Amino acid sequence: MKIHKYDTVIVGAGGAGMRAAIEATKRSRTAVLTKLYPTRSHTGAAQGGMAAALANVEEDNWEWHTFDTVKGGDYLVDQDAAEILAKEAIDAVLDLEKMGLPFNRTPDGTIDQRRFGGHSRNHGEAPVRRSCYAADRTGHMILQTLYQNCVKEGVEFFNEFYVLDQLITEVDGVKHSAGVVAYELATGEIHVFQAKAVIYASGGTGKFFKVTSNAHTLTGDGQAACYRRGLPLEDMEFFQFHPTGIWRMGILLTEGARGEGGILRNKDGERFMEKYAPVMKDLASRDVVSRSIYTEIREGRGCGPEGDHVYLDLTHLPPEQLDAKLPDITEFARTYLGIEPYTDPIPIQPTAHYAMGGIPTNVEGEVLADNTTVVPGLYAAGEVACVSVHGANRLGTNSLLDINVFGKRSGIAAARYAAENDFVELPEDPAAFVQEQVERLRNSTGSERVADLRAELQETMDANVMVFRTEQTIKTAVEKIAELRERYKNVAIQDKGKRFNTDLLEAIELGNLLDLAEVMAVSALARKESRGGHYREDYPNRDDVNFMRHTMAYREVGADGSDSVRLDYKPVVTTRYQPMERKY
Amino acid sequence: MATPTLEKVEAESAASPYITVTFRIRRFNPEVSDTAEWQDFQIEIDPKERVLDGLHKIKWDLDGTLTFRRSCAHGICGSDAMRINGKNRLACKTLIKDINPEKPITIEAIKGLTVMKDLVVDMEPFFQAYRDVMPFLVTKGNEPTRERRQSPEDRERFDDTTKCILCAACTSSCPVFWNDGQYFGPAAIVNAHRFIFDSRDEAGEQRLEILNDKDGVWRCRTTFNCTDACPRGIEVTKAIQEVKRALITRRF
Repeated sequence: MKIHKYDTVIVGAGGAGMRAAIEATKRSRTAVLTKLYPTRSHTGAAQGGMAAALANVEEDNWEWHTFDTVKGGDYLVDQDAAEILAKEAIDAVLDLEKMGLPFNRTPDGTIDQRRFGGHSRNHGEAPVRRSCYAADRTGHMILQTLYQNCVKEGVEFFNEFYVLDQLITEVDGVKHSAGVVAYELATGEIHVFQAKAVIYASGGTGKFFKVTSNAHTLTGDGQAACYRRGLPLEDMEFFQFHPTGIWRMGILLTEGARGEGGILRNKDGERFMEKYAPVMKDLASRDVVSRSIYTEIREGRGCGPEGDHVYLDLTHLPPEQLDAKLPDITEFARTYLGIEPYTDPIPIQPTAHYAMGGIPTNVEGEVLADNTTVVPGLYAAGEVACVSVHGANRLGTNSLLDINVFGKRSGIAAARYAAENDFVELPEDPAAFVQEQVERLRNSTGSERVADLRAELQETMDANVMVFRTEQTIKTAVEKIAELRERYKNVAIQDKGKRFNTDLLEAIELGNLLDLAEVMAVSALARKESRGGHYREDYPNRDDVNFMRHTMAYREVGADGSDSVRLDYKPVVTTRYQPMERKY
Repeated sequence: MATPTLEKVEAESAASPYITVTFRIRRFNPEVSDTAEWQDFQIEIDPKERVLDGLHKIKWDLDGTLTFRRSCAHGICGSDAMRINGKNRLACKTLIKDINPEKPITIEAIKGLTVMKDLVVDMEPFFQAYRDVMPFLVTKGNEPTRERRQSPEDRERFDDTTKCILCAACTSSCPVFWNDGQYFGPAAIVNAHRFIFDSRDEAGEQRLEILNDKDGVWRCRTTFNCTDACPRGIEVTKAIQEVKRALITRRF
């Protein structure tokens, strides 16, 4: 075991982690621990753009953007945070341009902008061009630009280090962050990082679904580490299903395709979104479009011999426009489906895409131990966190924005905290939990296999807690997850070695997914209403009287060592906008 | 009723799309043995699936010790460059049907970088060469209040080289790099090109001097392996030629 000491430790090197690292490295001695090489992070898979009311191509302002974000989130958004997001969006985009990001340009040489779902002029009048983009590679360009600037700033990375535990020390009865424990993939060595400030920026949890746009590595490691140590997870029942994933594979096809004029059609060729969203049509918010697609499929208007998908039609768009604006997604259709998007529509289905919930933070990125108490020295930003700027449903292009705005804020805040405070003592035997976990898995002779349990988890999540949910389906999922968590205790791995043992890490990642799936299902069961991405067929309406509040899920450990999820609730911050019926 | 899912196992088994394929994989684990060996695995797979899907079937169902890097599984993250039937490709962008599944499919680590275990190589020398070419925008003077202006034509000038995902497929396909690890390699030059030809950048001369080194662009023998290997379709050899030309003309 090695012990390291840093002022600031950042967990994860996607957009939020690297944006934080650029700020934190200038101000404090900083280490970035990342389970992937930074440029492998899933920020790079984001396509369509980053929202900011630059008003480069038409009238726009941050207040309209704030309203769209609040409405898009079905009024579960904390409005003070949404206002910061929309206001600071403009500088966030300009910062990236100055760092070198190659945005697409207008004929005048300013940053070009295009339409995206849920973004409107003057509170819903018509779609507005707010998304700043670089073809359909905006996430790739953001990830590359941030990594380039990390190289420029001399950011210190520990590549292929898996953070497996959060260290907490109580000082005068208050939980403080003391550091993290990491597992080095190359050697199997365990490292303790003592740090004044820790920032989680480790991304989402999408791999508990089967059809997902998420990378294999998105296993909620940061959420699980904090949750296990008694910290809450907020709004975990809210998961976004992106309307246009490649049929069966789930690979993302950007909403920018519809922003450029693409149309969704059922088997009769009908532009069905006109029925569900007369004004915004194909550019309604993602939860609305995904439900509409499944409604078409369930009512027998799906495409293909099994009627299990619909089409994304780009055939009316000029090939030059597709080549210039959507080169990557058209290539995905060619590579993975053998389809030519110039002439043929692309089969799509909704794909599990984004966790609106996560580790609760305030607008400085400080992690909350309950509804109001901050955990000194602990921060989170990006998909791992819940500020909450996305509420019950995130708008497209607001996640690349979120990672930049709150990555920067948390980087500055954490470094400032590190400058003003001393190290807290490490807990006794700080690596004990990770050592025990690793040894148990390495030595296990159990009969359960990781791949089987993961496949069963993904099946039950897709079948029971996806776009449509009921009491019955969620209960089925809760029971199945409990069974899988029990069987997980008996899981064994084949690779007993220390060197690049990805077999071991996949087993640990599965444990994280199982814990988080339980939190999600239990949170969903208790929310007896429909709001944003959480749609209950048995409670089809939003219920602001009983449920306009954030879910806070805590891990409770019983006297016998068994654990369960305890739910509490936190009020939503409402400033400018009173809840209204949501129409697109 | 639950969300409709895509489980049609019984319907599919009537006309099974699955075929039997042999994956012949170069195994190496210094914890076990000092020598590398070929190992054959037979798997049932739909030919429309990816080589990466086949590797997962082996790892998940047959041999958990098989080790490779992967993440996004659709050609964006750059983790899974490997040598498949003697050519550098991304396992997640290569479909079984496109590489003749009748014969054993050979899979080995990319060349020129030290193999750590199975298909995993030491990427550090690759990233060091990248860092050495100053892969970041350099500007002088005060920053403008708003964005720097750039015409669509100027933006287009370096578009091709912005697509790089640092997967190392090009560099590890280069015969010069195989024989001399000191050579910067195509990927580093591509990333230098991306800034040299960016109208906003003011450090082109410095980057050109770095690449004027004995281990720089002049080592390129124009074999086009890099262009063939690039999973992003970047015209790598052309980019290297443009850097060479800029070194001679000092115009870029």
